[in-house]
Amino acid sequence: MRKYQPYIMLLLLLLLPLFGLSTYMMHILILVIMWSVIGMAWNLLGGYCGQVSFGHAAFFGVGAYTAGILYFKTGISAWWGLPLSVVIVAAEALIIGFICLRLRGPFFALATLAMGEVLRVTAENLRGFTQGALGILIKERTWVEKTWYYYIIVLIAVGAFVLVKKIIESKLGYYFVAIREDQDAAESLGINTTLYKTIALTISAVLTGIAGAFYTNYMGYIDPEIVFALHDISIITIMVVMVGGVATYWGPVVGAVIMVLLAELIRSLPRIGTAHQTLFGILLILIIIFLPNGIVGDYPKIKRILGFRRRVGTTS
Amino acid sequence: MDAVQVEVLLQTLIAGILLGGLYALIGIGMTLIMGVMKIINLAHGELMMVAMYLAYWLFVLFNIDPYLSVFIAAPLMFFFGMAIQKYLINPVLKVESILPENQVILTVGIGMVLANLATILFTSDYRSVPVEYASDAWYLSDFWRDSPVELSLSVPWSISFLFAVVITVALWFFLTRTDTGKSIRATAQDMDAAVLMGVNVERMRLITFGLGAALVGAAGCLFIPIYYLYPALGGRFTLIAFVITILGGLGSTVGAIIGGLILGIFESLTATYVGMGWAPVGRFAIFIAALIFLPGGVASILRRQRLGK
Repeated sequence: MRKYQPYIMLLLLLLLPLFGLSTYMMHILILVIMWSVIGMAWNLLGGYCGQVSFGHAAFFGVGAYTAGILYFKTGISAWWGLPLSVVIVAAEALIIGFICLRLRGPFFALATLAMGEVLRVTAENLRGFTQGALGILIKERTWVEKTWYYYIIVLIAVGAFVLVKKIIESKLGYYFVAIREDQDAAESLGINTTLYKTIALTISAVLTGIAGAFYTNYMGYIDPEIVFALHDISIITIMVVMVGGVATYWGPVVGAVIMVLLAELIRSLPRIGTAHQTLFGILLILIIIFLPNGIVGDYPKIKRILGFRRRVGTTS
Repeated sequence: MDAVQVEVLLQTLIAGILLGGLYALIGIGMTLIMGVMKIINLAHGELMMVAMYLAYWLFVLFNIDPYLSVFIAAPLMFFFGMAIQKYLINPVLKVESILPENQVILTVGIGMVLANLATILFTSDYRSVPVEYASDAWYLSDFWRDSPVELSLSVPWSISFLFAVVITVALWFFLTRTDTGKSIRATAQDMDAAVLMGVNVERMRLITFGLGAALVGAAGCLFIPIYYLYPALGGRFTLIAFVITILGGLGSTVGAIIGGLILGIFESLTATYVGMGWAPVGRFAIFIAALIFLPGGVASILRRQRLGK
């Protein structure tokens, strides 16, 4: 049964649009899957390789702008931004990796955060190239229906999931975990830590960049405040993984479901809407204190606590 | 270079040094916390924002001068910082988890809550404190009639700078001359050895976080007469503090002072010669340059000089 679980999931995902869901439901689904992709990408670098990045918006934004600028400057369909973003984001990741990967732990985290901000400010100021704060609008939408967008992002997500799983189960994955557990020990065992950290960063960045390019095509409008946002992209990425479960296959997916639904729920409440960052912040604090390995990672713990409560409930 | 260009350059340098003094104060708070706790406090700028709102409301409601509110806001921030350390960060230090960066992510959460609460309570309007001396300045020509160049020195900027210098000197005395200060430095140097020497590390952590918060709180009050105030300003200053600590060398107080001055002058130069919008990029350019060419920061140069003797 467990063996077929992923295939059943995949079948369900492919059949879902046939149930005639409303446009809003499809939108939520697409967002959930897009965030799963970003979460999986972050998880590869942060969860498995132990390099916590606070600047995944840098990759998301560059991916989004690759598609946007391609469309805006040359008039080619923005969908070509997906393959092109792979190249551009990979190059970007190599540069950022060269600068940031010499730092460890929290310092790497902050350096990546700075990178995200640098790119945001650059995108805002390079008005001739990126249109600055005006943003880029994709005038012709490819499809009015959301079904095709859905299938494309599902394809990307399945690809990302399989890629991450294959990497983690290979030798590469063991190197990553070794680096996370003790970089010096890994180094002394002959693992070229810089090389493998760069590989992890590049793959993670490319996946995030593809999600960014998809975002441009799907939403049809980008500006630096949206795609390079610190809180709404970089921090939410971390939250998706933290809530779901660090270093687990399904963690980012669970986290994406929870975070997107939560965001929509909070936004729809009339008075509390403006406080969504407070609530997210409190959620983050609670998760770190009580479930440091996320819902999937600490599932046995949750089950134990819930089971204990239930037994108390029945005896009294 | 003619006289005007010299004037602009000197004026820019003066502005940079004044700004750098204040930056140094922010950086020292962060570097202290980093040295003792080995974590980066990503809510640092948000703590400053809280102190700024305190000073703002003290001025609006009770008409207390921002410079006086340093003495009110800094102690309050001290206790606020201690409370954060005690009730939020300490519990996380004890929790086992895969990622060691949990504490850093925790401070991000704290920062988010603080910034968002400020937006809800005070709206995201830009505010400033209308002190009478806000636009006063001293002019060089008032003192030296035939000076070839005309320079001005803003009164609030210079007072803020002097305050920052006094606080920094006081902190230096505290860290080098008192028992508590020495214990804090011992904890930063080697925690295990400090424990063996009978230092109450837990207490030192509390005091350090409080001290860091108080320092950045004081900096916030000093920024009030010369800067405007809005809830999202915290994130920006967190980054500034981080750039300063990297520039200065991690955990080094002297490094943070020099780093603050360098950053202040550099930002001032980019703002004058490249354009206001690019100042943040200049900040990060210097940060990246420091990472590549001087990974140990200014502190590593200082150390090399001392060892070379």
